[in-house]
Amino acid sequence: MIDELQRITEEARARIEGATSTDDLDELTRTVLGKKGTLKAFKKQLGTLDPDDRKRVGAAVNEAVDELEALVDERRHGLEKADRARRLETERLDLTETMATSRRGHLHLVTQATMELEDTFVGLGFTVAEGPEVETDFYNFEALNFPEGHPARDMYDTLYVDFGEPGSTLLRTHTSPVQIRVMQTQPPPIYSIMPGRTFRQDTADATHLPVFHQIEGLVVDRDISLTDLAGTIDRFTKAYFGGDFSSRLRPSYFPFTEPSAEFDIIRPDGTFLELGGCGMVHPNVLRNCGIDPEEYSGFAFGFGIERLAITKAGVDDLRELITNDIRFLKQF
Amino acid sequence: MKVLLSWLREFAPIETDPDELGLVMGDLGMAVEEMDVLGEGLDGIVVARVLDLRAHPDADKIQLVDVDAGDGEALQICCGAFNMTTGDLVPLATIGTVMPGGMEIARRKMRGEWSNGMLCSPSELNLPGDPSGILILPGSLEPGTPLTEAMDIGSDVLYDLEINPNRPDAMSVAGVARDVAARLGLPFERPSPAVASGSTPASDLVSVEILDPERCGRFTARVLQGVAVGPSDRKVANRLTLLGMRPINNLVDASNYVMLELGRPSHPYDLATLAGDGFRVRRAVEGETLVTLDEVERTLTDADLLICDGTDAPIGLAGIMGGASTEISESTTDVVVEMAWFDRMPIARSSRRLGLRSEASARFERGCDFDDMELAHDRFIELLGDSAGTPAAGTVDARGNLPSREPITVRPARVNALLGADLPAVEMKDLLDPIGFTTDLDGGVQGDTIQVALPSYRLDSDAEIDVVEEVGRMYGYSRLGQTMPVSSLSGGLTVRQRERRELRSILAGLGCSEATPMPFLAPGDLERAGLPGDGITITNPLVAEESVLRSSLLPGLLKAVRHNMSHRNDDIALFEIGHVFRRPSDPDAELPDEHEVVAAIVAGADATEAVVIWRTVCDGLAVPGVDVANAEMPCMHPTRSGVTRVEGEPVGSVGEVDPEVLAAYEIPGRVAWLEVDVERFLAHPHGAPTYRPISRFPSSDIDLAFEVVEGVSATDIASTIEDAAGELCGFVRLFDTYRGEGLAAGRRSLAYRVRLQAPDRTLTDAEVGEVRAGLIAAVEGTYPASLRG
Repeated sequence: MIDELQRITEEARARIEGATSTDDLDELTRTVLGKKGTLKAFKKQLGTLDPDDRKRVGAAVNEAVDELEALVDERRHGLEKADRARRLETERLDLTETMATSRRGHLHLVTQATMELEDTFVGLGFTVAEGPEVETDFYNFEALNFPEGHPARDMYDTLYVDFGEPGSTLLRTHTSPVQIRVMQTQPPPIYSIMPGRTFRQDTADATHLPVFHQIEGLVVDRDISLTDLAGTIDRFTKAYFGGDFSSRLRPSYFPFTEPSAEFDIIRPDGTFLELGGCGMVHPNVLRNCGIDPEEYSGFAFGFGIERLAITKAGVDDLRELITNDIRFLKQF
Repeated sequence: MKVLLSWLREFAPIETDPDELGLVMGDLGMAVEEMDVLGEGLDGIVVARVLDLRAHPDADKIQLVDVDAGDGEALQICCGAFNMTTGDLVPLATIGTVMPGGMEIARRKMRGEWSNGMLCSPSELNLPGDPSGILILPGSLEPGTPLTEAMDIGSDVLYDLEINPNRPDAMSVAGVARDVAARLGLPFERPSPAVASGSTPASDLVSVEILDPERCGRFTARVLQGVAVGPSDRKVANRLTLLGMRPINNLVDASNYVMLELGRPSHPYDLATLAGDGFRVRRAVEGETLVTLDEVERTLTDADLLICDGTDAPIGLAGIMGGASTEISESTTDVVVEMAWFDRMPIARSSRRLGLRSEASARFERGCDFDDMELAHDRFIELLGDSAGTPAAGTVDARGNLPSREPITVRPARVNALLGADLPAVEMKDLLDPIGFTTDLDGGVQGDTIQVALPSYRLDSDAEIDVVEEVGRMYGYSRLGQTMPVSSLSGGLTVRQRERRELRSILAGLGCSEATPMPFLAPGDLERAGLPGDGITITNPLVAEESVLRSSLLPGLLKAVRHNMSHRNDDIALFEIGHVFRRPSDPDAELPDEHEVVAAIVAGADATEAVVIWRTVCDGLAVPGVDVANAEMPCMHPTRSGVTRVEGEPVGSVGEVDPEVLAAYEIPGRVAWLEVDVERFLAHPHGAPTYRPISRFPSSDIDLAFEVVEGVSATDIASTIEDAAGELCGFVRLFDTYRGEGLAAGRRSLAYRVRLQAPDRTLTDAEVGEVRAGLIAAVEGTYPASLRG
């Protein structure tokens, strides 16, 4: 009987080995190991043996069943793995063939620069104020201590629009009108910046645009001094350009500030960039906004955004900023 | 303002290194725009006299010039400039000369003619002056002399300074020197010329009458009898030449020299041509005309101030330019020199209106000294030397109203507070005295106030704040140090500013790049884009193409699309956030209607793309109650556009651009377009999404197809379904639309999938059935629609 068992086991081993699908294994399990399988039938014959043989042969059958079941499991696992591998191979995708370009849209270089500047000043405790682009002469000039006919008005090549009295309405030449609007509506303390679009009668060339952006800052509080202005400019310089940059003020003239200054950003190599103008808010300007200059003082500063943006980006012609060519826009 | 170091040194013993001096002037508010060390690299350049000028036989743009380089021989030069005449003295770069720019001069043929050197323009010599012509040298020089020797430019430094409008004094060598001397602690001295005069009183020879004392504060006249008109002395002529002014004759040159040196404009008249032997200063009569020295006839208004002769005939535009009729000529023997003071603003206005600028008007506009005439007259005469003839005795000095120069009271504590400084009053005095703001320590060093005199040459200054600036400027802004103000506020962006950033990032996420077209349009652009053409216009545009303010972002973005298409760029999807301008409905409005608008444009995409953008924007900013209603909109495709609404209020347009508009811009294909008024869009409550707990129970889907009359909003039906399903509604989706066979004419089939889900239980079939019936009833009861069988 043992021989018979060995023969059945041997045959089953070969069938397991030769199985090419899990169906083959199912078939084997059914015909050999199952309820009606040959080993089951073999087991039924054990009753005819004497007790010693029965025990010995019974153990051998159990051993054979265990062995074959393990072999089936192992073989089944192997076949499934091969199946999966075959299936996955048919799904193969070569990712190097996917060369679609980025679908991301890009924010304009000037927007990016403006946001970076805003964030820098917000970090220094400033809020951001805005105002209209078409302004009255009062907000753009008169309230800023440029009386009618003031020669300093010539420093601004102003564009006027056909609205109201001739010469009464214009495209703002700087964002300073927003300073007036803020001071008129908000009691001090004021710590605000005013980014925005500004306009001059100018022909677009590599270094000029008739439409450009400025950012100004205004602080009005008790005991504000020129050294506060210098300190704020320097703090900004280090925050925006880097800790190894510094700044300096040089005397200058603007009707709306006194003392007035230009401010330079000094690079680590000692060269410098003339960035913008600044100064202590002129007492007349404070008075024009209903603020008592004996009680409060303040400073203001401002500079152009485009030049800063293109210098940082390595662009050498301002006109690139307004052509709206997506080959340009998508570089930033 | 150009100054020579050697000239500054005549007023103060400046020994500072020239580079360092440049920094000092910058720190005083006179930024050095350019600094040139003169005389360097000019070896080999000599004075030459033009003997003959001939056309080049084979070239139009160069001529042949024979010059005498000192040996009396004619030397042929080919020259590309045409501004010289026979007899002029010019600089000649001889053969072998290495120019300041590095070029070596060699004998060479130009179009077949020999050129034996090069005649030089001012810029080729690093000198100021018109770079398009050859530098014409003063007539008194000797041909063959090295240029550096002839022009006394052995070693000098020329600074070009940027002078601010509030520094009339710094429009002169003396004024610059005064500041520098004060900063460097050097003595500053103005010249004090000694001038002898004859016995005839000037007032016997000429009279002055000021008829407008408001505008003419002072008018002085000196008379010189028996002058010899001729070339200036060499120093005067050389300096004027080096500063870019062409010497004319000794009288005109003296006038210019005194203006450059002292900042004092003057005007010499030929007394023989001065009718009535006197001056009347009056306003022009409307329409009165005058031929100015530049030979242009000027038509005047009653805002212009005139210098007239004794017979009231105009002979000059006060403070701006003289007239031609009384000009100094070679035959002039008796001269009357005007030195006057005019009010600033009227000069500025007249000069601007007439488009006539002069060195004199630039100084009068800023505010000339009104107290320097005696000194300046003396200096004028001194410069003429023996040619001055006999000056008549005294000065005719007529007065109008002059600005007050009463000392002002200044609080040192206030000065310190504004500067962030802690200077004792006595140190302020030390800073102010040398620049003429002579300070009286009222009540001693401990006093609360000081009295500060206002110099007549600083008319910009008349208040305490002006003194604050002078103290800071003379002390040095950088020496004051830096502090940080302590704000009691916290910084941040407003909700709108944060949302604008969010809007940008949503649109960029949808693949649109941000464009910034110019907000100026050409006339007709609005009409071409199908929009009303009543835009606000610019009254003084540089070019007509930039004369209309946009009332929509469409024209600018269409141009941008067109530009990209013409460069064969793919995937053109752009957006812009910007202001548009319209005439307000309120006739009393102070300003035009100005709105912030967002627009997106996608080439090659249809209206659905624009609707998706709109929906995504609303979702991103959490704006509830939004929808789209089909509508015909200006500039848009009549059957593929609609209005975007929030809670029923129109806030913009969505769809495709009108094909006719696209044709006008030569844009092929469809173009999706969305334009929304940001302010109106975001005026509705938004940005606060309400949390709805996620149900853990199974959901059931039901599909409902309705046959609906065309024109009924599919979105509205979805809303009705959603409302009817109430809290059980998971979502409603339109998953199919069908038109055609099996449907009545004018109807289409809309198939919705509704997901139902209860927060607290599994819905039974009976419940789902009940809801389904309710949804059908709601749709059929509200719209001309019926459930398809």
